[in-house]
Amino acid sequence: MKSARQRPSRPANPPDPAAAYRHSVAIDGEKCRGCTHCLAHCPTQAIRVRGGKARINPALCIDCGECIRRCPHQAKKAVFDKLSDLPKEKIHRIALPAPSLYGQFDRLSDVDYVLQGLLELGFDGVYEVAKAAEIVTAYTRRYLARTDIPRPVISSACPTVSRLISLRFPSLCRCIIPILPPIELASRAARIEAAKAHPDWDPASIATVFISPCPAKASYVKNALYGEKSDVDAVLSMSEVYFALLNVIHPGTTPTIQSQTGMIGMGWASTGGESSALLNDRYLAADGIENVIHVLDQMETGDFRTLEFVELNACPAGCVGGAATVENPYLARVRLQALRRYLPVARQYLPRGGAVPKKVRFAKPIEPKPILLAASRLEAMKKMQAIEKILPTLPGLDCGSCGAPTCRAFAQDLVEGTVQMDDCIVRLRESVAAQKSAEITESAPKESQ
Amino acid sequence: MSEPVVFTYPIDGNNFTSAGGASVAVKQNLRALGFPDDVVRRVSIAMYEGEINMVIHAHGGTATVTVGEDEITIVLADRGPGIADVERAMQEGYYTAPDNIRALGFGAGMGLPNMRRYTDEMRIDSVVGTGTTVTMKVRIPEEGA
Repeated sequence: MKSARQRPSRPANPPDPAAAYRHSVAIDGEKCRGCTHCLAHCPTQAIRVRGGKARINPALCIDCGECIRRCPHQAKKAVFDKLSDLPKEKIHRIALPAPSLYGQFDRLSDVDYVLQGLLELGFDGVYEVAKAAEIVTAYTRRYLARTDIPRPVISSACPTVSRLISLRFPSLCRCIIPILPPIELASRAARIEAAKAHPDWDPASIATVFISPCPAKASYVKNALYGEKSDVDAVLSMSEVYFALLNVIHPGTTPTIQSQTGMIGMGWASTGGESSALLNDRYLAADGIENVIHVLDQMETGDFRTLEFVELNACPAGCVGGAATVENPYLARVRLQALRRYLPVARQYLPRGGAVPKKVRFAKPIEPKPILLAASRLEAMKKMQAIEKILPTLPGLDCGSCGAPTCRAFAQDLVEGTVQMDDCIVRLRESVAAQKSAEITESAPKESQ
Repeated sequence: MSEPVVFTYPIDGNNFTSAGGASVAVKQNLRALGFPDDVVRRVSIAMYEGEINMVIHAHGGTATVTVGEDEITIVLADRGPGIADVERAMQEGYYTAPDNIRALGFGAGMGLPNMRRYTDEMRIDSVVGTGTTVTMKVRIPEEGA
């Protein structure tokens, strides 16, 4: 009896299919001052300030990293793996650098120096994600040649966008291209390549390590977003690897390793790269989470019917704008343009036509997981009615002082029973003022006596 | 049987760039209420088209969406110029939008026909010089049906 009572009572929230989702954006409780900067910028309204500290609702978080960018106190952090976390038997480590890494370095004349630097850091091999991206491009062209697919086709490369679609735009899940993203194909190919090059290595001793521009890719690896466990063993922060690389990159020396990527693969690092590589003019490429949401809203309303392909990146300018990058995204993009200039268009080809093999497709389609107000519609209607009733009594400022991002969100929290009306500072001030004036009127006749 | 939920949105006729906002808000609410995708889609498209019409032709107005258990009713009321020939306005491809609006990709003469196509019932009450009220209903299929 007693133990049952000690359990904290939970609001009657609908059963949450996403509760088990493992995130890569976390709050540093010591640094958080409970200000409201992150609240307003969270695209899924996943944050509330309670007891003076921000909290993220894991069922709603899409790991976009927007709160990391907005926090003035550096209290939001991206959580990545460390090489020391890898199991002991995984002694052979293959680096999988994202193409955005190349744009971080000033005056880099050749990508090979970065790849060589990764070997200097102790990696046993390197497989460029950009190389896998060229393969994905080739398969995407094949997929687009089909006439029996829902259009426009949406890229599957940004895991934040894919999760956003499954939560907020469930009807568009079917448009996401069911081809695995470059990170996944890179890991699988790296393993095969390493096993071929080193027949003496035990396959169980090989670890693939992605060098990531964003926390969302770390979440992707942890959560089997595309239906099966990711092949990647660890995800490192690009900024950490960048600072380590600075010490070991020596442009005077001759690299022993050569990039196998062309313009197309490198182009994936910034917005427009993936879609322009399709050599098809009917594409749209957008970036920045708010713009992405606008595009998805319009797609749902049936706009863009004549488009073939839609590339959406949660970060400004694309992956170069990820929350774990170092350099200004626009500068990084310019540098990548310079690096791409004298490269062949692509270095990975597939014969034209043909099918998209099963091994590069999702194990399961992306599941729509709409955010419901309550498990049953009747219950949800009741809640919505209560929210609509409360809403006109709130100030409508969306100031965030109550700890919710908008007055509407506050009204919902009230209905859920997680806050009280007095948590609205504006209302509280009004009631205090009303109380005071009432006291003055009461005491006024006494003074005149 | 529960009471219907009513959402009301003012449609700002002077702000073309914000047109479509009420449709997005309704979509989010319907989704949170757990309505099937098809219903959400039909309501939001019909509402979007109506909203755009109100901004292009009628200097805005009011959108009222009543969500009942078995049907959703959208009422779009404006005090615009009114529609002289409703039957003609309902023809696909018939348009009266000015060139600058058509240059943006709107005004293809598909607004009203689309509204009719995506709803189960549609009524237009219009008086020239006074305004137009469009009433649309989308019926909700029984669950498990």
